[in-house]
Amino acid sequence: MTTPLLAIRSLRAAYGKIEALKGVDLDINAGEIVALIGANGAGKSTLMMTIFGRPRARSGRIDFDGQDITGVPTHEIARLRIAQSPEGRRIFPRMSVAENLQMGADATDSSEADRASGLERVFTLFPRLKERMTQRGGTLSGGEQQMLAIGRALMSRPRLLMLDEPSLGLAPLITRQIFDAIRTLNRQDGLTVLIVEQNANHALKLAHRGYVMVNGLITLSGTGSELLQRPEVRAAYLEGGRRE
Amino acid sequence: MSASPAAQTSRAPGAAFIFKKALISALVALVLFSLMIGVRTEAGSDGQLTYWTRFGDLAAMVAAVFGGSILVELLRQWWGPVGTVRVVPASVQSTLSFAGRLVAPVLLVFTFLVPVLFYDERYILDLGILVLTYVMLGWGLNVVVGLAGLLDLGYVAFYAVGAYSYALLATNFGLSFWVCLPLAGILAAFWGVLLGFPVLRLRGDYLAIVTLAFGEIIRLVIINWQSLTGGPNGVTGIPRPTLFGIPLTPGDDGLAAMLGIEFSTTHRIVFLFYLILALALLTNWVTIRLRRLPIGRAWEALREDEVACRALGINTTTTKLTAFATGAMFGGFAGAFFATRQGFISPESFTFHESALVLAIVVLGGMGSQLGVALAALAMIGGFELFRGLEQYRMLVFGMAMVLLMIWRPRGLIGHRAPTVFLKTNQAISSDLVKEGHG
Repeated sequence: MTTPLLAIRSLRAAYGKIEALKGVDLDINAGEIVALIGANGAGKSTLMMTIFGRPRARSGRIDFDGQDITGVPTHEIARLRIAQSPEGRRIFPRMSVAENLQMGADATDSSEADRASGLERVFTLFPRLKERMTQRGGTLSGGEQQMLAIGRALMSRPRLLMLDEPSLGLAPLITRQIFDAIRTLNRQDGLTVLIVEQNANHALKLAHRGYVMVNGLITLSGTGSELLQRPEVRAAYLEGGRRE
Repeated sequence: MSASPAAQTSRAPGAAFIFKKALISALVALVLFSLMIGVRTEAGSDGQLTYWTRFGDLAAMVAAVFGGSILVELLRQWWGPVGTVRVVPASVQSTLSFAGRLVAPVLLVFTFLVPVLFYDERYILDLGILVLTYVMLGWGLNVVVGLAGLLDLGYVAFYAVGAYSYALLATNFGLSFWVCLPLAGILAAFWGVLLGFPVLRLRGDYLAIVTLAFGEIIRLVIINWQSLTGGPNGVTGIPRPTLFGIPLTPGDDGLAAMLGIEFSTTHRIVFLFYLILALALLTNWVTIRLRRLPIGRAWEALREDEVACRALGINTTTTKLTAFATGAMFGGFAGAFFATRQGFISPESFTFHESALVLAIVVLGGMGSQLGVALAALAMIGGFELFRGLEQYRMLVFGMAMVLLMIWRPRGLIGHRAPTVFLKTNQAISSDLVKEGHG
């Protein structure tokens, strides 16, 4: 096998004294969709944020495209064209849709041509955003805001796109639209995607491979369909979502 | 829906509700005023305490509160609930928006003509210079507070740094105004960055407290560093500005003699007027340009959501520091102008009151709106002069006007935000009409 695009080895991170990641190993190959599933507080979002440099890793190592990015400041990681769509969308409510999208391109020193082609890509993917170009971000519906958050992340022409709970608080139909868009991006553009989800069913069906995280540790990994068959995954995340 | 019963009661509160509200207000007024107005105390001729009661005045005050409360409630009913969008005919709306677009150019042309129109009225010219100084300060602080959303209560510190930079450089080293002006800006920006570093991690109230302290520290240092700043005595004999080396004095080498016209002190006032106008317009131009660049966009994004900025890989440290530095630089320019206009500066000119005034201008104008800030400066400084005839009631009227303004226009005079990325086609519905929220 070739070296993975992103390789994480025994990564530890903590908030003060509370350890959120207790030695995580994870690989993402170029052109892959990887799903990271787990219960609330398992450390999924922390893992994503640690890849992005904040909170900083206590120990362990993160390599992106053969380059050690452990402890590199967030804005420099963004220049390597790793993009994230944060949990809860976090679009800029008083800025227009167009400005929100431009913000995504600002961190990577994009040229005007890059911005134009990025906009075009986002608008073919989410035509709704084009209709709402001049509207303020805060006036969009939840689904549109999620599209905007993903579109904003895409504006930096990422090599790795990290999505934190893109289905959070969305209607099933909208969730499907979002997941279809992610699949399209992966198939047509060969985009590598890390998707953090509580909606295990959707995420594992979408992903090539998946990881299950419990209490700051990866407990299971495998292809999406493999994981969907595993009884412990079914019990924990699919059938009622309770673990008792 | 839980909101509908509340909406109904607010639409048509009964007479009983109004009466009850007025009664409560009157009761509060009675408690408050009974000692303040009801009893008058004074030191007698031998130093003993004399007092007499003024129950008539007290009753009048309480009655006024009672009546006023009913009046306000009736007015509110007549006005309709705050925040409703009244249906305005399309023709009126388009006329209004056309007029709205004209406000800024008309105001600018008028400002240019002020020295021509009011050449003989020294008072108006002086007032104009004062208003423009605050317009410039407002525009400078607008970068920090309005755009970047960093609440700065110590803006006067940079005004002071600029003023003292010019005053000390000019009196000690004989440097001219035009050399000192950029130096004053650079020094102020430097102090802006110095303030920026310790407050990088602070937000909101905490940031406000530290910036407030910073403003006071600068003032106290100026007062106590007697050998350099002259302490409370200030700096005197600050040179007047020259027109690129040509002094505006009655002598043979003065501007008037060179142009072959009769000397008048008004020349200097007019020159100062255009100088501050140019500085203010420079501030405005730079801000407008910056807003369209990634750095300006990052400032606004920082105001909206700092976490999202980091998620996008925006360097929040440099974003904040540049905002502080840019705002401080304009404050420094304004300070240098202030010093050269006054010819004398002392720490008394740089109290917290100034910071508060400039902040009020920015907030009243509508955070981030350039035209709004200019209008607010005109209203605050000009309006304050307008009420001079009211003497001791000036503050009261002024305070009430501000409260009313904040009730009716909580986002400031010009509350909407003009986008910086434009499209060819116009949208059907203005986004201002749509309420913010999460769909």
